[in-house]
Amino acid sequence: MDGAHDMGGAKGFGPVVPEPNEPVFHGEWERRAFALTVAMSRPGGWNIDMSRFARENRPPEDYLSKSYFQIWLAGLETLMIERGLVTSEEIEAGKVLSPPKPDVKTLPPQDVVPTIRRGASTERTPTSPALFAVGETVRMKEIHPPTHTRLPQYVRGHLGTIELNHGCHVFADLNSLGVGENPQWLYTVRFDGPELWGKDTDPTLSISVDAWESYLERV
Amino acid sequence: MTGHDHDHHDHHHHHDHDHSELSETELRVRALESILTEKGYVDPASLDLLIDLYEKKIGPRNGIRVVAKAWSDPAYHARLMKDATAAIAELDYSGRQGEHMVVVENTPAQHNMVVCTLCSCYPHPVLGLPPVWYKSAPYRSRAVSDPRGVLQDFGVALPETTKIRVWDSTAEIRYLVLPMRPEGTDGWSAEQLAELVTRDSMIGTGLPKQPGETA
Repeated sequence: MDGAHDMGGAKGFGPVVPEPNEPVFHGEWERRAFALTVAMSRPGGWNIDMSRFARENRPPEDYLSKSYFQIWLAGLETLMIERGLVTSEEIEAGKVLSPPKPDVKTLPPQDVVPTIRRGASTERTPTSPALFAVGETVRMKEIHPPTHTRLPQYVRGHLGTIELNHGCHVFADLNSLGVGENPQWLYTVRFDGPELWGKDTDPTLSISVDAWESYLERV
Repeated sequence: MTGHDHDHHDHHHHHDHDHSELSETELRVRALESILTEKGYVDPASLDLLIDLYEKKIGPRNGIRVVAKAWSDPAYHARLMKDATAAIAELDYSGRQGEHMVVVENTPAQHNMVVCTLCSCYPHPVLGLPPVWYKSAPYRSRAVSDPRGVLQDFGVALPETTKIRVWDSTAEIRYLVLPMRPEGTDGWSAEQLAELVTRDSMIGTGLPKQPGETA
């Protein structure tokens, strides 16, 4: 979706302001919101692409006025309500009003470290040859899906060069919809600065995105 | 995001229970945790372990070890550039948000910078959780269109002839910048070199410290 989260090239946000000696979390609620989100993915059963969509799929003013972990919290609430784990009435009331959903798996303490250390590889065995070769020029499709996509607006329609082939990976756009992993070849595609931002752009600049095969078309 | 100032406020006035937006968030999280615990979905001990892991074990010191080893061990450097995920796992760093690692090396000819314009993708096993600025709108919007301006915000000026290469992490590949080993460090051990590596130098928004800059 073309939402407020898709920020590449947007103007007016001002300078980057690093915080000296920044802590990992700013206050206890950020710690708990982070941990709840990670721990709830097991009982919730959602995947990372569903989580990203739950965070980004909100009105721009809402997305831009919330802090990072406030967006995580809002995304978590959405995911849990969608799956009937909690109701919005319970969240507003701040107490349990209905019985738990039966047969959900939890993340027990002994599984925490192994789960994080294992991660979740998105690479899958290819079932067809790659359509594009390293060094080939490609055009990014000019598409505007209403649902989750990882093709940022600032590269759509532009010409780039295939620089790396990462193998076949779970396709985020479809995985976010719960219709299966549908793995595709994934490439790093590099663009010259002037191709994206106009001929007056610093000619020493180049930018790359990681793009699934269905984002690309042959030139 | 703009809420950062509120976060900061909260950090310093953690015990002020006024009617600010932030206190509402704090209460909301607290209530949510008790609902989810009462329903049997989460074990608070697991939450404590997750927090401990990300506050104490997973952080930039891991990436610093990777960089210092790459600087001091040519065979490791070669393995890291060929298969970063495997070379990083040799040092026992792996897992969530680092399943597919690529290391990009700075040279006098090219400086690399990493961003996630769409959210906050970042190589957790080697750098920990991302700082607020990395997740903020100013960085996500400008890193891809005005990286030299962003570098200026960090007090970094590179020669005009150095090419700038920005890597936008739009899929599950995670990038770690291998900064240039500072001059004047011949014969230094990996432990000594580690003192020069900074988190920002591994994102590409900073440079390593020079010999003599470390206290």
